[in-house]
Amino acid sequence: MTQVAITHTQWQPICQRSDLVADSGVCALVGGASGASKSIALFFIPGAEPQLYALDNWDPVAGAGVIARGIVAEIDGELTVSSPLYKHHFRLGDGACIEDEAVQLASYPVALDGDTVCIAIDEG
Amino acid sequence: MIEPRVKQKLIVIGNGMVGHHFLEQLAARPEKELFDVTVFCAEPRPAYDRVHLSEYFAGRTIDDLAMGKVEQYRDWGFELLLNDTAVEIDRDKKTVTSASGTVKNYDRLVLATGSYPFVPPIPGHEHEKCFVYRTIEDLDAIRAASEGGTVGVVVGGGLLGLEAANALKELGLEAHVVEFAPGLMSVQLDGGGSELLKNKIEDLGVTVHTSTATELIEEVDGRLRMRFQGESKGERELLTDLIVFSAGIRPEDKLAKSAGLQLGERGGIAVDESCRTSDEYIFAIGECALYNNFVYGLVAPGYTMARTALAQLCGETSEVFTGADMSTKLKLLGVQVGSIGDAHGRAEGAAAITFVDEQSGVYKRMITDAEGKKLLGAVLVGDTDDYDQLLQYHLNDIDLPEHPEQLILPAADGAAPALGAGALPATATICSCHNVSKGQIVDAVAGGCCSLADVKDATKASTGCGGCAALLKNVVDEELAALGVEVNNHLCTHFPFTRQELFHIVQVEEIKTFDALLQKHGSGRGCEICKPTAASIFASLWNEHILKKPHVGLQDTNDTFMANMQKNGTYSVVPRVPGGEISPDKLIVLGQVAKKYNLYTKITGGQRVDLFGARLEQLPLIWGELIDAGFETGHAYGKSLRTVKSCVGSTWCRFGVQDSVKMALDIENRYKGLRSPHKIKMAVSGCTRECAEAQSKDVGVIATEKGWNLFVCGNGGMRPRHADLFATDIDDETLVKTIDRFLMFYVRTADKLQRTSVWLENLEGGLDYLREVIVDDKLGICDELEAQMANVVGTYQCEWKTAINDPEMVKRFRQFVNTDEPDEKIVFVEERGQPRPARNEEIVKIAEPA
Ligand SMILES: Cc1cc2nc3c(=O)[nH]c(=O)nc-3n(C[C@H](O)[C@H](O)[C@H](O)COP(=O)(O)OP(=O)(O)OC[C@H]3O[C@@H](n4cnc5c(N)ncnc54)[C@H](O)[C@@H]3O)c2cc1C
Ligand code: SF4
Ligand code: SF4
Repeated sequence: MTQVAITHTQWQPICQRSDLVADSGVCALVGGASGASKSIALFFIPGAEPQLYALDNWDPVAGAGVIARGIVAEIDGELTVSSPLYKHHFRLGDGACIEDEAVQLASYPVALDGDTVCIAIDEG
Repeated sequence: MIEPRVKQKLIVIGNGMVGHHFLEQLAARPEKELFDVTVFCAEPRPAYDRVHLSEYFAGRTIDDLAMGKVEQYRDWGFELLLNDTAVEIDRDKKTVTSASGTVKNYDRLVLATGSYPFVPPIPGHEHEKCFVYRTIEDLDAIRAASEGGTVGVVVGGGLLGLEAANALKELGLEAHVVEFAPGLMSVQLDGGGSELLKNKIEDLGVTVHTSTATELIEEVDGRLRMRFQGESKGERELLTDLIVFSAGIRPEDKLAKSAGLQLGERGGIAVDESCRTSDEYIFAIGECALYNNFVYGLVAPGYTMARTALAQLCGETSEVFTGADMSTKLKLLGVQVGSIGDAHGRAEGAAAITFVDEQSGVYKRMITDAEGKKLLGAVLVGDTDDYDQLLQYHLNDIDLPEHPEQLILPAADGAAPALGAGALPATATICSCHNVSKGQIVDAVAGGCCSLADVKDATKASTGCGGCAALLKNVVDEELAALGVEVNNHLCTHFPFTRQELFHIVQVEEIKTFDALLQKHGSGRGCEICKPTAASIFASLWNEHILKKPHVGLQDTNDTFMANMQKNGTYSVVPRVPGGEISPDKLIVLGQVAKKYNLYTKITGGQRVDLFGARLEQLPLIWGELIDAGFETGHAYGKSLRTVKSCVGSTWCRFGVQDSVKMALDIENRYKGLRSPHKIKMAVSGCTRECAEAQSKDVGVIATEKGWNLFVCGNGGMRPRHADLFATDIDDETLVKTIDRFLMFYVRTADKLQRTSVWLENLEGGLDYLREVIVDDKLGICDELEAQMANVVGTYQCEWKTAINDPEMVKRFRQFVNTDEPDEKIVFVEERGQPRPARNEEIVKIAEPA
């Protein structure tokens, strides 16, 4: 076992570094604190600061869980993901939708603990 | 407001291009109400486009060439007397009498009688097989005489003579040009330029006889024999079926002469700056007018005179005509020729800079003043790309750069920077056809025009001959940029290049990954525009698997997962069914797979079967079964060849003349997998009944008795476009070769997401140019295009077959990387016996326990 460097109680491991795809997204299922599970889109951008991002996988504009399958696009110097169905852009950093202020994806702290990807999901 | 008063009687004699322009301008002015207008027109129809007269032989009809329409004159309220020549002007009574006997009074008279071709008084010149080249009737007569003949001669090697020679060639005659002077186009070109032009034209199969004077024309056995004078070099005589005289024009001034108006020494109705003749009530405009002892034989100066005369007539006395620039750029028999200003360097102290490339037949010469500071003139043969820029230097008296020779040397490192539109003064004329200055364009942009198209609409610039298109774009771009509007055709903010440039860079530098490309030529991290574009370029050039490590992440979801995402996040699967031909066994497999994975099935417009509703994690399983049954990926997800639709052709259909199915199969199997700027669709029909609708495809093939007709750049969808006929009656091999070249040229040069139809519309030179490149190999790249295609064909792999055999790639298709559970949010309901995505309100119902 690798040393758990991050000790905050909310952190939970969700997958391995080898599950990530560079410059692209993958989807992971996380058991929420309330018991219901949640799809999370994880993006890994080697060389960027930070290099890991976690957003809700559910695209509220399209009404489908597809965010992880979008293409990563830098817009005005900011990293975003372009949702595959209607091409809205969501900022990887905070989940804000570039085209529509009213739309927002939840974003989550995410970090590597050795080779394990850990995510912090709030209670509730 | 215009005060009502008694209308003035205005008569216009001559309804050629210039007379028509005058009336069209008048009709657009409020002053139109001040005049009662009568027009005498000697020809049987109102004005037509004489400049493009030769296109009548190439298939343009009288209607296509028409400029003025009878109904239009009626709407304007102008009386138009067709087929009625004015024969007398009585300046005392102020009347005009016509051949039909009509007598009309005038208060103001405008002469626009044009000119007539000069026929040298060679004995025999009045023979019925001797023609001139000026009207539609002349062309009809030439065409009739050419039938059954083999040889045609043009007397006169000027601009028009060469155009006539081309026409004779097009009519299937062996064409000769007989020129009295030592060189061709001696008015516009200097000795070197005209020598090179002669060589080029002879290469094209037209025989040129310079320094040759005709002495006699006589009939022998139903043909014409031309005898040349003793001092003539070369042949002594020539046998021909017809002769076209094109030895210059003479102003049509008979009427003016008999009315006692002042003429020039060698003819031409003398006018002053206001375009008035020696009688203040009579104006003369166009080719019949003589200003400053000069007759202007081009249409643009004629138009300027027309506007001047009209302004004067309306009381705007400050509008004057002070001469016009006679620079010209044109294509003669396919050879580009340009002449600017003092082409012969006649001015005192003039110095010349000459560039000759005999290999490719290019001759360029600049005439500068003694100090090398100003451009006095230029001659360009074989390559007129520099024309626009040189013309602006000349017309606007702009100081030449330090090394002026760089303006005509082939572009290389260190070439002089292109003359920015910013260097032009506001008075610089950009469009000479419609006399639009830079200032007017700047105003139009400031007034809210924010695209080239808007500016064209607002100013009419570049809607005439189109010669100024490139310059106009520069000015508009520059103005827009000055206003902070972004105008570039850069791919995106990460790459300051067009797709075509990027393609070139990738090819030349053999770049194979996006990271390398970004590092060397881009900035930032890329976006959804440049990433897929780069991936497509890599695929066209190197044809590596799109899921290979460095390319993952460059694609839109459809390419990444090799399926088409539908609205609920599931995918549709379309196996290839080449030519739409499918065996019963394979059809059964499709049905079985659809049933097993609960997929909705639908027949597509491209003659195949689409299976909808596959979940991400099901894709490799479904494809495993399809591939085992012999299916291949259909690339429905890619910007690549989709389908080649076909009819059953000669095998089954009683009308079929070729085996269209087999051709469709061959073509589809050849080009499957080719990545392109946008999707490509094709079709093959077995006869002209066209059941496969080939003319709505990017590549359409229609069988003929002798082979195949090839159509290109058609389009269905949102903006349908009929395909253009590209080649006729070609055999199988030529067909494939031509498509190879066409597709690769498109792949190389199109912009991102540009269908072939839009690509063609934006291609400078259009279909003719495309044919020159693809059929005549004008750019010398066809071997390379074919080799590139051979590489794509040779390295084809079924992407799905490769993917399902590679565990790393299969991993990509997991719904969740950390569990095998399916996505519970994807819900289907049944409709008409098949699944479909549940609607929102249905999902809520299902979620609530009953
Ligand atoms: C084949 C060809 C190619 C050309 N190419 C170019 C080119 O590329 N660029 C360019 O700038 N120019 C070109 N020109 C020249 C251009 O066509 C002329 O400059 C232009 O047509 C002149 O217009 P106009 O109205 O003065 O004369 P015209 O077009 O000749 O019109 C005069 C009209 O008046 C009629 N008329 C004469 N006398 C009478 C009378 N007494 N009563 C009634 N009607 C009368 C004539 O029948 C004629 O219809 C070309 C000309 C030809 C023939
Ligand atoms: S295009 Fe001709 S050959 Fe093909 S199905 Fe129609 S009629 Fe028959
Ligand atoms: S026509 Fe419109 S609705 Fe129909 S498939 Fe195409 S994009 Fe979809």
